[in-house]
Amino acid sequence: MQEGTTQRAAADALGDSALAEAIGRGDGAAYEALVWRHGGAMLAVARRLLRDEDEARDCLQEAFLQAWTKIDTFEGRSALGTWLHRIVVNAALMRLRKRKRRAEESIDALLPEFDADGCRIEPAWQMDEPADSLVQRAQVRELVLQSIDRLPDDYRTVLILRDIEGYDTAEVAQMTGDSQGAIKTRLHRARAALKKLLEPIYGGELT
Amino acid sequence: MTTSSRSSKGRLARLMMKMPLMLTCREVEAFLIDYLEGTLPRAQRAVFDLHLRMCRECRDYLAAYRKSVELGRAAFARPEDPVGPEVPEDLVKAILDARSREG
Repeated sequence: MQEGTTQRAAADALGDSALAEAIGRGDGAAYEALVWRHGGAMLAVARRLLRDEDEARDCLQEAFLQAWTKIDTFEGRSALGTWLHRIVVNAALMRLRKRKRRAEESIDALLPEFDADGCRIEPAWQMDEPADSLVQRAQVRELVLQSIDRLPDDYRTVLILRDIEGYDTAEVAQMTGDSQGAIKTRLHRARAALKKLLEPIYGGELT
Repeated sequence: MTTSSRSSKGRLARLMMKMPLMLTCREVEAFLIDYLEGTLPRAQRAVFDLHLRMCRECRDYLAAYRKSVELGRAAFARPEDPVGPEVPEDLVKAILDARSREG
């Protein structure tokens, strides 16, 4: 027991590159250190994409198992955390593809409106307060999270990967198997729908 | 989408949008993502910017659109906990057990 604790403490002291090398040699203590070090951030990603705690936990297990078996493909060109992030995103996307679709509301009613001349129908908004300050109000933060949650899966996934997780269009296209044009269109529609759902904030209804 | 309502845009602005080389708001919408990603050719970008200077509705729309992206990021961000939540101990155990079974 004490030997295991010592091995774990030694693994905890390793930098990410050395940790990856140790895992490559089959070092179980290094693997455990990896799970403790990166598991939290990876679980958060799985939760954001899957919105289901049980599925997020299963997804994290799959991702770490893949990391264990594929550690020799980690070439150190990116940070270990970035490599693991990609693994858990791919595992979550695989689950989303297999998942039976929930009843989703159409996004069409949330898209911009134009009159017969092609002129935009848009009220004037109050936009002075920064986003960081707005989300300090629980009501605003809740509305933002619920609104993202309301988007159909295909749109929500692209919005999260691009705007929250920080992947670029080409990376999202590669992960989802769609064209870059399709990803851009979906991202734009998702953002436009989100903006529509957040209009109570801009109209000053949540001050 | 409805066309039964009318935009609040004034008559002069409405006429200008129909001049050669001008974009309608609907056309602006079609190019918005390329404008924001900086992938519009320079000439198209200039036409786009000209429309924005003249159109209060598109300026307000674009501001709210950008703010929505910022709000999404801010709502998920946890400055007090930048590395994310800790993994529950039972989940760590399950992950380690699964690895042991795998060999």
